[in-house]
Amino acid sequence: MTEALYDRPPGYAVPAEVQEPSGFLVYTIGLVLAVVLTATSFWVANTSLLWGPGVPVGLVVLAIAQMGVHLVFFLHITTGPDNTNNVLALAFGLLVVFLVIAGSTWIMTNLNDNMMPPPELMNSHMRH
Amino acid sequence: MSVALATYDAEQPAFAPASEAGPAPKRIVVAYGFWVFLLSDIIMFSALFAAYAVLVRATAGGPTGAQVFNQVSVAIETGCLLASSYTCGLMSLAIGSRRRAATYVGALATFVLGAAFLGLELREFASMIAQGATPQRSAFLSAFFALVGCHGLHVTAGLVWLTVMMAQVAVKGFRANVQRRLQCFALFWHALDIIWVGLFTVVYLMGVVP
Repeated sequence: MTEALYDRPPGYAVPAEVQEPSGFLVYTIGLVLAVVLTATSFWVANTSLLWGPGVPVGLVVLAIAQMGVHLVFFLHITTGPDNTNNVLALAFGLLVVFLVIAGSTWIMTNLNDNMMPPPELMNSHMRH
Repeated sequence: MSVALATYDAEQPAFAPASEAGPAPKRIVVAYGFWVFLLSDIIMFSALFAAYAVLVRATAGGPTGAQVFNQVSVAIETGCLLASSYTCGLMSLAIGSRRRAATYVGALATFVLGAAFLGLELREFASMIAQGATPQRSAFLSAFFALVGCHGLHVTAGLVWLTVMMAQVAVKGFRANVQRRLQCFALFWHALDIIWVGLFTVVYLMGVVP
């Protein structure tokens, strides 16, 4: 079984006969974790118990955790040697995503700070 | 083969090293290629996310997110999509062990939940447009409809794809090429759920946080 050792496609669920934890169990654990994280996200966004400015950071952390749960339990991305290619492609994708989002927001925030006209000028501008 | 090589081979473990294993089977090449496509699709979504993040305050005197978003509806949509991702995983297991009836049940559950998601989303769009929150109203709403609408289009494409795949299972059975396509569909569907996680967090939940 050389193929199973070196390459495993993403999303490949090992058939029930050969796998130690059954595929059904893996998907169910993933579902439970995802439901818990989603429910926590909705609670965090609506509660007044938490310190307001920290809420967006908490939401981002919960979202990234849930994306990780989906990748591991639904897409079966692992750290095993048979998954190296998948993980490398994912890492490069994440790098580009980070550059696009962080770069855009950084540049545009700077632009807004430096070039935003004073409010009265802005308002006369907006009326057209 | 020289004798030296034969003894060298004898010391090796039972499997050949990666450099001598030969080309990977088609099943793996296809799924890997589709994985790379999905990552490029996620990069396209990241551009839409960046546009939304930049334009979220540009409401031009129109409605803000907190005024037009309905959190209950979003919670139900999220539940539908998450459950459909789960049933899609169960369908993959049924395909792996060639259980035809279980495959149809899994596909039907996935389709119904995905269609429920889409229906709720369209209802939400319709009620927003009825309130005057159209894509033309402000840069914020343009970015909102572009981002959420693009995800909705992906879900629509996924539903069409799933229907076609079930027809192929019915007509052709579990052939190798049909199995590869079903594998790609499952990847696509799970990836859409990952994008929705980012979407409901950034757009809906952060939109209503004061």
